[in-house]
Amino acid sequence: MSPQDASQMVEAAGSTVPPLVAVNDFVVKFANVNGSGSASANQLFAKAILRMGIPVTPRNIFPSNIQGLPTWYEMRISDRGHMGAREGTDLMVAMNPQTWDEDVRSIRPGGYLFYDNTKALPASKFRPDITVVGMPLTSFTNAAYSVPRERQLFKNIIYVGALSALINIDPKVIEDLLAEQFRGRDKLIAANHKALHMGRDYALAHLPCPLGLTLVPSDKVGDRIFIDGNTAAALGAVYGGATVCAWYPITPSSSLPEAFTRYCERYRVDKETGKKRFGIVQAEDELSSIGMVIGAAWNGARAFTATSGPGISLMSEFIGLAYFAEIPAVIFDVQRSGPSTGMPTRTQQSDITICAYASHGDTKHVLLIPEDPNECFQFSAAALDLADRLQTPVFVMLDLEIGMNERLTAPLAWDDNRRMDRGKVMTAEDLQSGRAFGRYLDVDGDAITYRTYPGTHPTRGSFFTRGTSRDEFARYTEAGDAYQRNMERLLKKWDTAKTLVPPAIRTDAGAATKYGVIFYGSTSPAIPEALEIIAAQCDVVLDQLRIRAFPFGPEVEKFIDGHETVFVVEQNRDAQLRSLLINELETSPKKLVRVLHYNGAPITAEFIAAGIGAHLIPAPLREAAE
Amino acid sequence: MTYLPKPKLAHPDLPKNALGFTRRDYEGPISTLCAGCGHDSISAAIVRACFELDLPPHRIAKLSGIGCSSKTPTYFLGNSHGFNSVHGRMPSVLTGANLANRELLYLGVSGDGDSASIGFGQFSHSMRRGVNMTYIVENNGVYGLTKGQFSATADRGAKNKRGVANLDEAIDMVSIAIQLGATYVARSFSGDKDQLVPLIKGAMQHTGAAFIDCISPCVAFNNHDGSTKSFDYVREHNEAVNFLDVITGRDEITVDYAPGTTEVVRQHNGSLLKLRKLADDYEVTDRVAAMDFLEVRKARGEIVTGLLYVDPDAEDMHGYMQTHDTPFNAMGDDELVPGAAVLAKLNASLR
Ligand SMILES: Cc1ncc(C[n+]2csc(CCOP(=O)(O)OP(=O)(O)O)c2C)c(N)n1
Ligand code: SF4
Ligand SMILES: [Mg+2]
Repeated sequence: MSPQDASQMVEAAGSTVPPLVAVNDFVVKFANVNGSGSASANQLFAKAILRMGIPVTPRNIFPSNIQGLPTWYEMRISDRGHMGAREGTDLMVAMNPQTWDEDVRSIRPGGYLFYDNTKALPASKFRPDITVVGMPLTSFTNAAYSVPRERQLFKNIIYVGALSALINIDPKVIEDLLAEQFRGRDKLIAANHKALHMGRDYALAHLPCPLGLTLVPSDKVGDRIFIDGNTAAALGAVYGGATVCAWYPITPSSSLPEAFTRYCERYRVDKETGKKRFGIVQAEDELSSIGMVIGAAWNGARAFTATSGPGISLMSEFIGLAYFAEIPAVIFDVQRSGPSTGMPTRTQQSDITICAYASHGDTKHVLLIPEDPNECFQFSAAALDLADRLQTPVFVMLDLEIGMNERLTAPLAWDDNRRMDRGKVMTAEDLQSGRAFGRYLDVDGDAITYRTYPGTHPTRGSFFTRGTSRDEFARYTEAGDAYQRNMERLLKKWDTAKTLVPPAIRTDAGAATKYGVIFYGSTSPAIPEALEIIAAQCDVVLDQLRIRAFPFGPEVEKFIDGHETVFVVEQNRDAQLRSLLINELETSPKKLVRVLHYNGAPITAEFIAAGIGAHLIPAPLREAAE
Repeated sequence: MTYLPKPKLAHPDLPKNALGFTRRDYEGPISTLCAGCGHDSISAAIVRACFELDLPPHRIAKLSGIGCSSKTPTYFLGNSHGFNSVHGRMPSVLTGANLANRELLYLGVSGDGDSASIGFGQFSHSMRRGVNMTYIVENNGVYGLTKGQFSATADRGAKNKRGVANLDEAIDMVSIAIQLGATYVARSFSGDKDQLVPLIKGAMQHTGAAFIDCISPCVAFNNHDGSTKSFDYVREHNEAVNFLDVITGRDEITVDYAPGTTEVVRQHNGSLLKLRKLADDYEVTDRVAAMDFLEVRKARGEIVTGLLYVDPDAEDMHGYMQTHDTPFNAMGDDELVPGAAVLAKLNASLR
């Protein structure tokens, strides 16, 4: 018998660590080669588990290239609903020889390795403390298919079939999914079903089915939908009434304008004439994309761009102009690890500072920070309203983790009575009636002034837009007092913004505690689990505050004031949100303890628990524990 | 500097156009540029062109970048919305504005530094996209506003005020514009209003990207011996290929012309361009020939002016994109928001 024979390895594993046993709670990771068509098979696998009512959180881990480099698809299956990333793999599906050693290393003791044993591997390539399940995938597929393209495609479906037998995925669910995917192409459906069962039958006959990791139908998915943040944000822009999108491709943001294009083609084309109620321009660079957004918004259309950190850097001059000239603009920043030759396909929350204070002069900007695709949808539409209402750039801060991974999220909802808030715009009738117009004149006391769209009225309401060298009536002046008055009004407008942005959400521990934790964005799903670990290990509970916007509302200050120590969990090196808290609220830095994760991988509950826990356990005890 | 309103002494005898406006109604506050600056003559030509075309001032949007030239939109069309944007980026702002409302007339004003140096990319791409606009570069070969440094249109060997020669090859804006797909391309001279006004009018009546490179001497920094953008030099080397007359709707279309010397080009929006040919071998609708001609004459040291190329059947960006006739900025929730029922279906497809 060869060393990769399953039954033998089970025994070997048994002698060291007992094989893992878990139901609806484990991590499966697929190691693939980029461009091998594995993505759709992996997605099929995830969706099948969801259809069984079991929550799954998948993550794409991919390199900055198109073909040939390794990619991983990691799936956290958790009936308890934990959606944060978890360290270690329980079942590794190793399809990439290039990353074999690393992949085998990442398996938890007692875990499982599924691999293609068409070519024999030396015993040294395995670990004694795991269960190895080999299947001659390549030879098996090649025997059944002769066309190279079919071999590639069906090999993926065959391994899905084999895995379905190994962990008890209901084959009927997969069949249905395939039928939906290829609706109307019956031959293709039949061929896929055949491949699925070939894999399944092989596994049932030759492999130790089921493994210790199994699935049983559950009811924990509910009515939630499965969508990625960029797609949801794009939909939010459609619903928010955006008509102009100007963008320049950059990972991980490109799929947002691409999805916007798809949905506009679907929902915004006049059925009779074929004419479009949208204008999308792939600009020559980010300077141009933001320039177009500003021009369109100045002229009364709702406009947005999507980019990532390097794009924000390029847009900075224009962002300042929009701030000073008070022009709405919506900017989606899908954050990644910088710079351009950094780790563009890895996640991070490292553009908080650059967006909050983008540009020259005294500028600060509204940020909305969604935690999941549902909020991406909501905040996208809200950003378009807020930008018009406040007449200023508004950033929606996604990151790769939220933007490019499908997530279980509450169904998207829309109130048909909702109307776009176009903010303070004077119409031809307003002007005709003799209402006074001063473009930068605060008549309502909220520091938001009225604007007019070009072309509104033959003789009234026109004005000249420029940065700051103007007075309340937009007349040219370089007078210092006019400049200062304007800058003070902008600060007052900032206060108005505090009352309009989504407030932070507080969740109290239920028992009195002097500890609080502040977090935001994609860190969110790991928090409940982290707090469970801390409660179990340190016997400490924490109140939570999830920040959803900048500027901070009074609830943020109140939360910090109400706790002795507040942990600020972020995915960047420099504790950027913490700096904003200190800068804007004049909070004592000593109170705010950094918990920082910034290696490009998504933050985990274990990491957060360890980071916070290190401060909770008194030092002598900690040493003893070590 | 603060705002200097121009005394609005509406002289009762001032001629009125079809809309009842006098030329004064197209003016703006007093210019703060140097006395004699070529840019002011261009502003005056814009005023005259708009007056003569009977354009409602509020239906024109004027946009610019940064520079002395880019300051000029303040000094004309006081009843129009204006936008002084950032250096070199007027084209993108104008493109966005044009997307939002296809019904206004867009006038982009820029300088040679603004468009050929820092903004060369945006200039080029706006031509490629066929943005429906009149784009005027007030070309003086220097950065006026930052006190006379060479710009990218300065000729190699041209000398600055201190006698130092420019080392770099010049960018010829009209050749580039033709190459990149502009569909109305002209060059003129701020000192020749008779030539310039009709060229601006033709551009404003053109559908598509219309570009005018207008040589506009900077009297403060580039009007000396050794400069190739001085009044004297341009007058000496100016070779007009044609003389344009724009025939608007209310003019009689009785064009008397001797074949071979005058031609009439009908643009597909109905406007007529009557061209008196000065260079008899010049074919204004032949793009390749135009590029060729420009190269040959440039090598001879001539500054070729006039209407250099026109595609009378040009499309514009909205045409290419097939956007709706209703301006985006006039669309409401009913036209734009797919509604809750559609979302419910979408939700169902995502499970
Ligand atoms: C980003 C940026 N860089 C530099 C400047 C400084 N600047 C202002 S105007 C100008 C040159 C303008 O030259 P041109 O467009 O030829 O206009 P002119 O003044 O000659 O009419 C420069 C470099 C600026 N405003 N912005
Ligand atoms: S510096 Fe030159 S370009 Fe500027 S206003 Fe004076 S003459 Fe005109
Ligand atoms: Mg210049």
